Amino acid sequence: MRPETDASEKRSVVKGVFRKCDGCGETLLADALARNSEVCPTCGQHHRLSGDGWRRLLLDDGLLTEWDSHLEPGDPLAFSDGRAYRDRVGIAQRNTGAKEAIEIGRAKIEEIDVAYGAFLFAFMGGSMGSVVGEKICRLFERAVTDSLPAVLLQASGGARMQEGVLSLMQMAKTVAALGRLRDAGLPFISVCLHPTTGGVAASFALLGDVNMAEPKALVGFAGPRVIESTIRQKLPEGFQRAEFLLQHGMIDRVVSRLEMRREIALILRHLR
Amino acid sequence: MADLPFEQPIAELSARVRDLRALAEGDPKYAAELRRLEDKVARLSRELYQDLTPWQRVQLSRHPRRPFFSDYLPLMFDDFLELHGDRTFGDDAAIIAGFARYPKGPRGRSVLVIGQEKGRGTKEAVKRNWGMANPEGYRKARRLMELAGRFKKPVITFIDTKGAYPGLGAEERGQSEAIGQCLLAMSRLPVPVIACIVGEGGSGGALALGVANRVLALEHTWYSVISPEACASILWKDGSLGERAAAVLKPTAQMALELGAVDQVVDEPPGGAHHDVEGAARRLDSALREALASLEGLSEEELIEDRYRRFRRLGAIHA
Ligand SMILES: [Zn+2]
Repeated sequence: MRPETDASEKRSVVKGVFRKCDGCGETLLADALARNSEVCPTCGQHHRLSGDGWRRLLLDDGLLTEWDSHLEPGDPLAFSDGRAYRDRVGIAQRNTGAKEAIEIGRAKIEEIDVAYGAFLFAFMGGSMGSVVGEKICRLFERAVTDSLPAVLLQASGGARMQEGVLSLMQMAKTVAALGRLRDAGLPFISVCLHPTTGGVAASFALLGDVNMAEPKALVGFAGPRVIESTIRQKLPEGFQRAEFLLQHGMIDRVVSRLEMRREIALILRHLR
Repeated sequence: MADLPFEQPIAELSARVRDLRALAEGDPKYAAELRRLEDKVARLSRELYQDLTPWQRVQLSRHPRRPFFSDYLPLMFDDFLELHGDRTFGDDAAIIAGFARYPKGPRGRSVLVIGQEKGRGTKEAVKRNWGMANPEGYRKARRLMELAGRFKKPVITFIDTKGAYPGLGAEERGQSEAIGQCLLAMSRLPVPVIACIVGEGGSGGALALGVANRVLALEHTWYSVISPEACASILWKDGSLGERAAAVLKPTAQMALELGAVDQVVDEPPGGAHHDVEGAARRLDSALREALASLEGLSEEELIEDRYRRFRRLGAIHA
């Protein structure tokens, strides 16, 4: 797949030349922010990066030889909450240009061949239904077949409600496939972006041989609002953020986006 | 003694059966009448209960008198010995685990049995956190499953939880990782694994005990990615719309069977398991024996492969 300008960047250009930083509130040149991979040059705030942005940031020449990009979700429950699931999928497909909430394929990171996957949060919140689960399985299985390390970037609200119990089953299916990667002696580098929660967090996301997370990324099982309503108190500042997970021993490193490529390559060389 | 409105007709007939059974005990001439009445109850409840709405099934799965894992345990297993602790932080009473002999009687052999336990009565429910496990519960389950794997003992799980506990400490101690590790460990066990859903099958917290070669579900249970209430609060910002959410989410055991997430739905006694705990245990027991028998003769590799294939094919995809 060739790198191209993605929808969010186009929008920002249409909206204006300037963008306000979500961290420090400073007004920034949209172009400068985009060139810096959406990281604020003043305060280091990480704004969401598109699938295309990630490819250009991490992969040699920004190139991904995509696998199984044609897979589309079924509608096992004929789900409708006023608007049909089919229609929501159609809208997400039109808005993102992708068929589903993840892209997988073969790529190189600093000349190391990898099986690469990245969730597309813009597609229904990166939720994991049958297709996402299937593609993650195929990522791990192809990694075994081709003897590649697996690098997976997560950004997901969790399992996709609209496919009911079949979304739940993807958690078991993907983790079982990860087991085969382990059996083959191949590393899994898990990168948690903002946010990584629910069924994605509670399956493969924290089972990396090395777990990395972006600064301030929210990573956790239950959403903060659910926890607050359960324990009936406000959560402390920074709860479930990457730095909190590091402190509690759940991840290996909090990695700035601008260092991500170098660090992934470094750990892959160590584990080779 | 009906607790839910739609249970009323069955409850009344069941009461008459009970009365007649008391009479028939001393007098064989009532036996034929008793059988007729029992048949009638069975027929009526079949008719009534086959058309239950998803929400009614969810309600039955949480019925105040619904039997728990601890009720089935002495009815289906001998020589249960509970084992405690995750060897890291604590012991979680929301999950009970230990070795036992299965089936009951002289032909029983050692198995690991693990179940989620909600606890009856306020004090017991508090102790067991209403069956919502913390990471310690999943780590205990994983530790013991791996132990069973090393000693080649089959693993039998009982699922009954609204979900893993969404608390502050649970997050601090890695609820996500604990569940993920449990899924991974189960997927690799070199022994037969059977899961029985006996009440609520709420999301990842339920699945963490559900990566089995065969998944059985009692008739009035639910198994899905999210509870109807949580689904409602996401869809309509109103957790009280569980009934509406259940209608679209279709979280029932019957739907899970249709989609392949469950392998067998086990009929409950007329009116539901809470009307006849022994009867429910008998039916589950016979399904469990069959499930175990169906895996006999498989090698360790074949058992792992069977489980892998079982989950690998699940999904709704247009290629
Ligand atoms: Zn800033």
